[in-house]
Amino acid sequence: MTPTTHPDPSSSPALHAAGLCKRYGRASALDGFDLDVERGTVHGLLGPNGAGKTTAVRALATLTTIDGGTAMIDGIDVRRHPAAVRERIGLVGQFHAVDEALTARQNLVLFARLSGISKARARARAHDLLDAFELMDAADRTVTGFSGGMRRRLDIAASLVLTPAILFLDEPTTGLDPRGRATVWQAVREIAASGTTVLLTTQYLDEADQLASRVSVMDHGRVIAEDRPDDLKRRLGGDRVDAVIAEVARLAEAVDVIGRATGAAASVDADTRTVTVEVADGARALAPIVRELDAAGLAVDDLTLRRPTLDEVFLHLTGDTGDTGDTGPTALDPVQEAR
Amino acid sequence: MTTTRSPIAAAADLRDRRPNALREGLLIAGRDALHQIREPWGIVFGLAFNIMLILMFGFLFGGAIELPGGGDYIAYLLPGMFALTMLFGLESTMTAMAEDAKRGITDRFRSLPITSASVALGRAIADLGSSALSLAVLMLGGLLIGWHPTTGPAEITVAVVLLLWLRFGLLWLGIFLGLTFRGTGATTAVQVLVWPIGFLSTVFVSAETMPGWLGVIAEWNPVSATATAARELFGNPTGATSGWLAENAVVAASVWPLVITGVFLPLAATAYRRLRR
Repeated sequence: MTPTTHPDPSSSPALHAAGLCKRYGRASALDGFDLDVERGTVHGLLGPNGAGKTTAVRALATLTTIDGGTAMIDGIDVRRHPAAVRERIGLVGQFHAVDEALTARQNLVLFARLSGISKARARARAHDLLDAFELMDAADRTVTGFSGGMRRRLDIAASLVLTPAILFLDEPTTGLDPRGRATVWQAVREIAASGTTVLLTTQYLDEADQLASRVSVMDHGRVIAEDRPDDLKRRLGGDRVDAVIAEVARLAEAVDVIGRATGAAASVDADTRTVTVEVADGARALAPIVRELDAAGLAVDDLTLRRPTLDEVFLHLTGDTGDTGDTGPTALDPVQEAR
Repeated sequence: MTTTRSPIAAAADLRDRRPNALREGLLIAGRDALHQIREPWGIVFGLAFNIMLILMFGFLFGGAIELPGGGDYIAYLLPGMFALTMLFGLESTMTAMAEDAKRGITDRFRSLPITSASVALGRAIADLGSSALSLAVLMLGGLLIGWHPTTGPAEITVAVVLLLWLRFGLLWLGIFLGLTFRGTGATTAVQVLVWPIGFLSTVFVSAETMPGWLGVIAEWNPVSATATAARELFGNPTGATSGWLAENAVVAASVWPLVITGVFLPLAATAYRRLRR
């Protein structure tokens, strides 16, 4: 291996952003946004509404100007060479960017030809994409009559005509029913398996958990934590035991009993009659909990052992504690902004 | 899981065409043509409306309208209606531009490796094409009710070119308005505003029959310039016996759209860039 003078594009990350800033008047939509996405992975960008996810995607996809910082796609500077970047990206925004008055096939052929593909090849590519996204039956119907899931799949297919190096999916399942979500998830997995890097923004933590190999948590225009989904959860300490108590009236009693059994403070959600306790070793903690509850004569409807959900991670990181209860001062060191 | 489905990734880089604004503009215009074929009601209704105006003014009011310098009112009215149709096209340019920007199609175009002028060029080709079609239908209709050019093919061609030239100038105004004011309220405002602009011209009546100050406004209206020039070139009565417009209609009809383009093309380009805000 001899080092070359030119940086090998395949050795650069698919996406690199450092200190990105974007202001709208006084307000900062991006405020020191840092992100590195490894090639061929699905990276989740997680955050509440207004965290800056969409602005980040639009800035990286050359749709919005950047006020400060660096952004590189496939080793190419987004600010200096937007045209070259556009050849390497696909974008699925929050709004359906397909032409409703055209058929699915006409849409794909149009976008393929606009991407620089000749008519015959564009038709073949449209055919393959319709097939890959299971839209063949509806290929020659106008998009107006499509379900949300079908539209979204067509939208994704339209951004894949050139097989981009990186695909931006901005909240791809927002507003979809569970079945629509499942088919989009499947499509995202197949896209990643085909070698395209995916940056996926989402408000749904289970979506990031399902699809992403790494997750960046965003708040107020910057990334406040980044890790593998499992490690993010691990940061919150051990496992969780949820016990659904049969009698609402005895919830407080159950909190005491479970607390005694585990030596940890349990939290309670009265609406779901659930007492939750964080334990270091879940499997070993179950037996004493069961014993103590039984001894106290407390009937249990359900007892589950689980890892913390990303919801709990997220609420913890953004300081919006919500109802996750007392998770204790776990070793949580959010990524500090590099200044 | 079926394994017979096509792979999502293309086998190779499929691109075999370089970015080319004209090719891309034609593709984007082709999309518009598909819209029109699928839902021709916009064009059909627009034409029906213009035909109604022609019948109303030509036969209902026309009898009471006396032209300075004499001449048949239908022969006077038709070239005016042609010019008015070009003005009405402003609305459809604006609406189409605003709709695309709202729906995310414009974002899709902007994320593609295409020349940045392609989107505007596509709009221009599509709108000039549909206006040329409307113009052809109105001219044929005009022939049926007694309008006819009395000049040669050269003059007729120049008249048609000047009419479409006005439409071209108004394109940039429409693109600018559509990109800048995207609400439905703005479209309604334009739909209302084209009326005084259309009426405060020599489309329906000669400027010489208006009170002095109103006549001046009408003479300076770009629509009047094109209408008068078209009348001259078709060999129809112009209703203008004196004044600068009577002398310089063809020059005015050539310069006005150029001025409009000079002002609004840069503004439209700025508005397009401002989408990157």
